[in-house]
Amino acid sequence: MINWKVIFGIAKTHLLTKMKSTVTASLGVTFGIGAYITLVSFMTGLNGMLDDLILNQTPHVHLYNEIEPSEEQPIEKFTPFEDAWNIVHSVKPKQSQRKIHNAVPILNYLREDEKVKGAAPQLNAQIFYISGSIELGGNLIGVNIMEEVRLSNIQDYIVEGSPQALNNNENGILLGAGLAKKMSLSPGDRVQISTVQGDIFPLKIVGIYQSGLADVDNARSFANLKTVQRILGEAENYITDINVKLHNLSEAILMARQLEKQFQIKARDIKEANAQFETGSNIRNLITYAVSVTLLIVAGFGIYNILNMLIYEKMKDIAILKATGFSGFDVQMIFMSQAIIIGVIGGLLGLIIGFGLSSLIDGIAFETEALPTITTYPINYNPGYYVIGITFALISTFIAGYLPSKKAKRIDPVRIIRGT
Amino acid sequence: MNTVLEAKNINKHFRKPVDFHVLKDISFNVKKGEFASIMGKSGCGKSTLLYILSTMDTDYEGNLYLNEELVTGKDHKELSRIRNEHIGFVFQFHYLLSEFSVIENVMLPAKKLGLKSEEEIIHDAQQKLDMLNIGNLAKKRASRISGGEKQRVAIARALINNPSILMGDEPTGNLDSYNAENVFQIFKKLKEEEGLSLLVVTHDIDFAKRTDRIIVMEDGRILPD
Ligand SMILES: Nc1ncnc2c1ncn2[C@@H]1O[C@H](COP(=O)(O)OP(=O)(O)OP(=O)(O)O)[C@@H](O)[C@H]1O
Ligand SMILES: [Mg+2]
Repeated sequence: MINWKVIFGIAKTHLLTKMKSTVTASLGVTFGIGAYITLVSFMTGLNGMLDDLILNQTPHVHLYNEIEPSEEQPIEKFTPFEDAWNIVHSVKPKQSQRKIHNAVPILNYLREDEKVKGAAPQLNAQIFYISGSIELGGNLIGVNIMEEVRLSNIQDYIVEGSPQALNNNENGILLGAGLAKKMSLSPGDRVQISTVQGDIFPLKIVGIYQSGLADVDNARSFANLKTVQRILGEAENYITDINVKLHNLSEAILMARQLEKQFQIKARDIKEANAQFETGSNIRNLITYAVSVTLLIVAGFGIYNILNMLIYEKMKDIAILKATGFSGFDVQMIFMSQAIIIGVIGGLLGLIIGFGLSSLIDGIAFETEALPTITTYPINYNPGYYVIGITFALISTFIAGYLPSKKAKRIDPVRIIRGT
Repeated sequence: MNTVLEAKNINKHFRKPVDFHVLKDISFNVKKGEFASIMGKSGCGKSTLLYILSTMDTDYEGNLYLNEELVTGKDHKELSRIRNEHIGFVFQFHYLLSEFSVIENVMLPAKKLGLKSEEEIIHDAQQKLDMLNIGNLAKKRASRISGGEKQRVAIARALINNPSILMGDEPTGNLDSYNAENVFQIFKKLKEEEGLSLLVVTHDIDFAKRTDRIIVMEDGRILPD
């Protein structure tokens, strides 16, 4: 039964005649929301970039054979000493192959699994890069390059040449950027590599790979899986690593444990590999929210003060409204709608300013060796943050408006009219 | 004849700073179409009584009936509605919303009631202002008119919803004799032509003498006729 048109009309008149207070209160909200949007866009943009840097290069589940000592030493199987306390000194790792012995069935199994986005086989070979009389130690990874493009963002890190070029060239190599620099090589040149056994092979450089991590770029190169198998003189099922990408990252732990059990293989999940990484992200988010909430609380106090003052000034008006038939609730709504109007206007303005500042930051050049694909500061334009921002603005103005408006609701018109 | 307003054994105490029995066993009624005035010395409780009769003050003992319906004990929301629809009130001091125009002040109670369209309300408000000789002030801001003009705007506002009863606390107190006479004539005309009931506190004996009935108060009591 409330006549909102009248309520809003009165609220609007109050706000317009008190333009200075209205603007001050709105700017408080604008500032809070604008800062929130800018901060959160920038911070999550940074987080996203770091995610890309580290997590994208890390498979969700990494399958490999670990060199480790046997759990059971032979003496424990010898029945006469069953009850004895056996002490074995200088335990050596057991003789085992680096290759995953049932790699092909595992790959087939993984590719059938619905949770799996893809499984890429790799062959990690220790080699030497030969440049004149100098041998540089490093590793050559045999990959199925098109599968890598699909599953990891390897193409982002190929700074010269292309993954297709490698795919098309039987004897191609994507050389690490650090290596290329050391040996003064560029795409089109040939590089000699030598296996641990001493066999020398010439490969044609089809591209340069730069991960941004210097240690990696000084040692790692990529070639086709078949090429590396041929170089090592191994069969087509010789695979040392399988990188699994899942549709849903959160299933990685469970999947890793299950694969370990099922195939008696070492499986490392992404959480295990980057435990400290997530902590960093969480702390950055925490700081962002702490700062934003503080700003909004300050803005909320501003609104609270201004409304309180307004209600003090408008005591007489409130008494008149009540005397002429406006209920306490109507009066409360008049002041609540003022708070909400301030919240909406201030909040929307804050979103616009936040967006403007974010775009500004987005335009600032930010070039770093470590991140070949990044040219400006990263900004995350997730519309979700804008929704949160405006919701925040409304909630804080609602709370700030509630207490003063409650007071207005309770004002006794007789006392005011008597002038006491 | 119907009674519009009836007070039965109304008592009121002010408890602060000391207990003060301000209204003592007030019983009287106002009939439909009756123009009654209340007189009495300053401080005898006239305003206090009027606040109770207008349902703004609910802190009293006794029963109050409006249009033969008990209003004592109703909740604030219902009382607001009753004030809006049935009671027009003119304060001892002119009270207008200073940030609104004259006509907006007059229109507000009708907008709150929400029974008429905006155009009808504007038309009615203008008509009330014209009747009180201040039609030319309609668009002015309420803070930029004289005291006497404000009082007439307040009367126009009290009349906008065609109430059952109009209560006035010295409604002509700030007016010159010409305008006081004008207001009196308007009250009289409303009573005669539209059957409006009026209950007006006044210190003006000439004004009071020309009403249908004078209620005299002394020390919180109504003196017998
Ligand atoms: N809030 C209050 N607390 C205590 N006593 C009060 C209060 N308000 C009014 N009074 C006292 O109640 C008595 C009646 O006051 P009221 O305003 O009704 O007088 P009145 O008859 O309208 O006088 P006037 O003709 O001057 O307007 C006065 O003696 C006054 O001092
Ligand atoms: Mg008085």
